[in-house]
Amino acid sequence: MAQIFGDFIEDLPAGDEYLMIGFCPGSLSLQKRWRNNGLSADFLADYLITFFPGDEDHLNPVSRRAEIKGAVSYIANELLENAMKFNDETSQFGISIQLQLHPNKLIFLATNSVNPVAVKHFQTIIQELITGNPEEMYVQRLEENAADATLKTSGLGFLTMISDYVAKLGWKFEPLPEQPEIITVTTMVQLSI
Amino acid sequence: MTIEIKTEDYCVEYDPTLRTVTFAGRLRLAGAEDYAAIAQLLDDTVTQGLPLVVLNLQSLHSLNSSGMAMLSKFVIKVRQHKTIQIIVQGSKDIPWQGRSLKNLQRLMPDLQLKLD
Repeated sequence: MAQIFGDFIEDLPAGDEYLMIGFCPGSLSLQKRWRNNGLSADFLADYLITFFPGDEDHLNPVSRRAEIKGAVSYIANELLENAMKFNDETSQFGISIQLQLHPNKLIFLATNSVNPVAVKHFQTIIQELITGNPEEMYVQRLEENAADATLKTSGLGFLTMISDYVAKLGWKFEPLPEQPEIITVTTMVQLSI
Repeated sequence: MTIEIKTEDYCVEYDPTLRTVTFAGRLRLAGAEDYAAIAQLLDDTVTQGLPLVVLNLQSLHSLNSSGMAMLSKFVIKVRQHKTIQIIVQGSKDIPWQGRSLKNLQRLMPDLQLKLD
């Protein structure tokens, strides 16, 4: 049975345009694949920006196109980095990222498998994220990170999306119908444009 | 003598005469271990006991959250020293800088943030 957290739209209408990139589990190590995250994120941003007409606002040094392009590149990269880090490598389940263009917003969907043992911990972190004050949590996380050299992940990506990009985040956990021992998580990010 | 860490994606360069660490390109490494060499370069500026350190980010087009964690760690280290001034130079033309560099100032209100 699926579990939903945060702002997750279940019956999402198809966007006007969408682009999806999939990564099959392969023999390349995570380290060797890492650079693909940034390249894929930049590709999504470059592709999407073709749907926005140019704006020449000389009073505003950063144009709306540049803002959208930068936001897509940042969010897509962070989603892919998380998906790669937390994917259950034993499951042979692929990773995907989808970017949908809707009239007033962009929707990102990143899906990966997650080790069943790690699900509870992940859900606890999500609960903290959706109930806490993101700006306070952001600074607190930076301080914790500096104080504890053993922390493997910064945990800042989701908080940055919420506090600096005013994005809405949601998560859906569900077992694969044909292989219920494999749990997948889809992270949805909604960005107003 | 200038110290440089350079790959096809990014370059980090420390010029002691200018007391400036310049970042350029796209910096999106996997985590703290991969950022260790750059973190060490930054830490060395603190151990040299300089009164001022400048971080020039005006050509840094991307920085992932792990990179921001590394920069924050450095800012907190400088804050603890109390005798070192830090200036962060950014660019208004690079959207992530306008959104996120203010967070460094929240860690250290004395930090001078200059977005040109």
